[in-house]
Amino acid sequence: MVVSPPTGALAATERSASPAALGDPTWRSVLEPLLAGGRSAGADLVEVFLERSDHLGLLAEQDSITSVSPAFGAGAGLRVFLGDRDGFVSTNDLSPAGLRAALEQALGMLGLVLPVQAGGRFDGLPELRDFAAAKEGWLHACPSLAEATGRLLEGTDRLQAHGQHLQVRRGSYARDWQEVLVAASDGTYARDVRLHQSVGLNVLAADGDHRASLGRRYGTSDSPDDLRHWDAEAAAVDVCSSAGTMLYADYVEAGQFPVVLANRFGGVIFHEACGHLLETTQVERATTPFAEMVGQPIAHPSLTAIDEGLTAGAFGSLSMDDEGMEPQRTVLIENGILQRFLSDRAGERRTGHPRTGSGRRQSHAFAAASRMRNTFIAAGPHTPEELIASVDKGLYCKSMGGGSVGPTGQFNFAVEEGYLIENGSLTRPVKGATLIGDAKEVMPRISMCANDLELAAGFCGSVSGSIFVTVGQPHIKVDTITVGGR
Amino acid sequence: MANTESLTASLDAEVLRQRLASLAHAEGVRRWDLGASCSTDTSVQVDRGEAKQMKGAQRSAITLRVWNDDGLVGITSTSDLSDAGLARALAGARDASAYGNVDEIPDFSPLATAPLPELEQPLSTPLSILTLLDTLRDAERDLLGRHPAIGTVPYNGLAQRSSDRLYINSDGACRQQRLSTASLYLYARAEEAGRKPRSSGAVRLAYGAADLDVAGCVQEAAERTIAHLDYAPITTGRYTCVFSPEAFLDLIGAFSSLFNARAVLDGVSLSRRESLGEQLAVPFLSLHDNGLHPANVGAAAFDGEGTPTRRLSLLEGGVLRHFLHSEATARAFGVSPTGHAGLGAKVSVGPDWFEIGPTPGSSGGAPGLDRFAAGASGDQRGLVVIDSLSALHAGVKASQGSFSLPFDGWLVQDGVPRSIEAATVAGDIRTLLKAILGFEGPAKVTPDGLCPHVWVEGLSITGDA
Repeated sequence: MVVSPPTGALAATERSASPAALGDPTWRSVLEPLLAGGRSAGADLVEVFLERSDHLGLLAEQDSITSVSPAFGAGAGLRVFLGDRDGFVSTNDLSPAGLRAALEQALGMLGLVLPVQAGGRFDGLPELRDFAAAKEGWLHACPSLAEATGRLLEGTDRLQAHGQHLQVRRGSYARDWQEVLVAASDGTYARDVRLHQSVGLNVLAADGDHRASLGRRYGTSDSPDDLRHWDAEAAAVDVCSSAGTMLYADYVEAGQFPVVLANRFGGVIFHEACGHLLETTQVERATTPFAEMVGQPIAHPSLTAIDEGLTAGAFGSLSMDDEGMEPQRTVLIENGILQRFLSDRAGERRTGHPRTGSGRRQSHAFAAASRMRNTFIAAGPHTPEELIASVDKGLYCKSMGGGSVGPTGQFNFAVEEGYLIENGSLTRPVKGATLIGDAKEVMPRISMCANDLELAAGFCGSVSGSIFVTVGQPHIKVDTITVGGR
Repeated sequence: MANTESLTASLDAEVLRQRLASLAHAEGVRRWDLGASCSTDTSVQVDRGEAKQMKGAQRSAITLRVWNDDGLVGITSTSDLSDAGLARALAGARDASAYGNVDEIPDFSPLATAPLPELEQPLSTPLSILTLLDTLRDAERDLLGRHPAIGTVPYNGLAQRSSDRLYINSDGACRQQRLSTASLYLYARAEEAGRKPRSSGAVRLAYGAADLDVAGCVQEAAERTIAHLDYAPITTGRYTCVFSPEAFLDLIGAFSSLFNARAVLDGVSLSRRESLGEQLAVPFLSLHDNGLHPANVGAAAFDGEGTPTRRLSLLEGGVLRHFLHSEATARAFGVSPTGHAGLGAKVSVGPDWFEIGPTPGSSGGAPGLDRFAAGASGDQRGLVVIDSLSALHAGVKASQGSFSLPFDGWLVQDGVPRSIEAATVAGDIRTLLKAILGFEGPAKVTPDGLCPHVWVEGLSITGDA
């Protein structure tokens, strides 16, 4: 068996190896003894996650390619459950001996010892559920290095054409290919291939003491042609338009205001303010105020929120999660009433919330945890203009930066591009705003949802690493929130 | 208990060098260098007396650079240190070199064979994971018992690592460093009836798990958490602020592009080449980067290009004295590399560990500052103590100089502190550096550096009173 990662560093070269390596049927003969051994040792459940990865990162600055960063790797994560407890070991050594050593270490964490001879508590793996069968050619179908660098330079060229006072023009591209094989003693045996690509443009505009840095990033999954279809012209116009506006913007006045958040990445407010608190990892830690509130109102009656892994091409979509379960469409909140939590294998064992196909991890080096996929607030009945017209004095957040949520439910996120709302109309651009609040208090204040739902790609960092997600929403209105500024 | 001990991580530098030399010769690659590392980790988390998760990891990684016949550089990284993996990495790097940056071609550091500093870094024998578990359970129990409102310690962890890293190049440089480290963090959550939950915590580092100051970590986490229980909203306005050492180091770290030659050359720093010699801060502020400080647990003896780590003056008397450099940026500035490079397709530059305090021989700003003294703020509103900053990844615009950040802290009026319910602090780093009033107390060692409490006047605080 080939156990070293045979994938070459660059796509579409003759050194690229067969992405079918984890589909090699001889893996079964390595995995079954591990699962049987773990069960014979007394474990309730044994899970093995195998991974091969192939990454390419590119950076263009001004009119040159300044960084080409290929990386490839392989590894395994072995997890053993005994009651509520679990032991997890990751390794880059995929040899049978290396995997056995990792299993022994994981069992040892729970006070279990791998017996000399296994038997009796494991019936063998079923037929492989192979979600990767139709995806074998994806890596090779991605743009070549020459094509990808050409597209990035097209992007920085378009920035030059449309921008003013641009001190820095950057384009970046990332292609992440991942093949995973999950086997568990409960009969899970599944393989998948994932492909994520993202491309972004960033600028720094400067004119005297005025400076504005802005960027946009676009991402899709499972679409080898994504970069080929990227509209560099439209992306450059979008970034340059915002940078030109924000270059001379004043700093926002601090205070408590009604806020209208734009669609797409505006959905980061729900992701940070509520989404994380509906993961069973938060129930386990007793850090969510919503733990005992299923069936009760936690948000304004106008709000329905969903997390799913099914939307074709979305950044957070999956054929199976990192525990081998097919994803679902999970209604989290319906008309303000909490419906259910996102749960993974450990979450189900420890909290009783049934799995939702939400067990996710950055790589083999992390144990899976309940994590969001494509998370969005559902469309409402209003137009975006109606939301803005309903505000006498407030803030319109056209573009959002990152955010975070703490162990007490206090969340925050940055506003990249904001405008004052005065007497129901957008007026001056403002910068430097940070929105902060408390999840339990802000959710009932999302009082209006527009009819223009859109999703946007993003990255989410949490207990199981950085993963690909989608946030989304229509335009929404928050009746009042603290706007940090000067 | 079998197999619960960490395996000892190690790399054989000479064997790796010979393998690379042989593979490179076969591929016709004459010039190459690499950075490699391997590590073994064990860690535990607990939840109210029960083991929540126990983890182990064996990791290996290599980053390989090659120069092609045109002198251009390509790079590839992999976790596969087998012969097959190295061969693929070499081939991948050579392929990537066709797209090497002609405008800035890296070279070997001229200091890659210079003598390395002597570091006092004892190698500790890893403890069994069950010993780690018992230690963390005891620490959690102790912390939970410190106050009835402390109900959980939702973020906690005790970890130990044995690691080995090296740098080798085809001109004969060969650096290697073995290290053992351990860390403990405890973040408690406390809630009183009818009030909002509050949280705070503490971190400790050491060269081995047996050396961790567990009692000190528990004590600090308890004190900080309890100190936030009685809270009130704050009125929006401008306040004199006192940054804790941790908060000020976080803020300076977020704006370290001020001192970063890579950022200067890329046009994303607020500094320019000609900024050296300019007054950037109050004349009594001194700022050094010193990865070699004995309190810097886990200090690296050399950077990603093999350049020795050293102490570097960044601000002296508030004047910008030096930039942090890699080989390529140093060459562009006509100076020596400073030991701050990270190996990559585009070599990065970053700080190690800051030392912040008064410039020797200066007044050090306003004397006798004491945030708890009656009338310390000089006005009715009181002064704001910023204990910890959040969301630096989102609220800092380093290339613009602006920040708007949530924080945990206290409003001190007439010497009496009261926790602030929720607030942000906003400003401009250049203005802040020139609005420092002085330092309070002795410098404190933190995981990110050495710094006293720092007083700054006139920062914008947004609250919800």
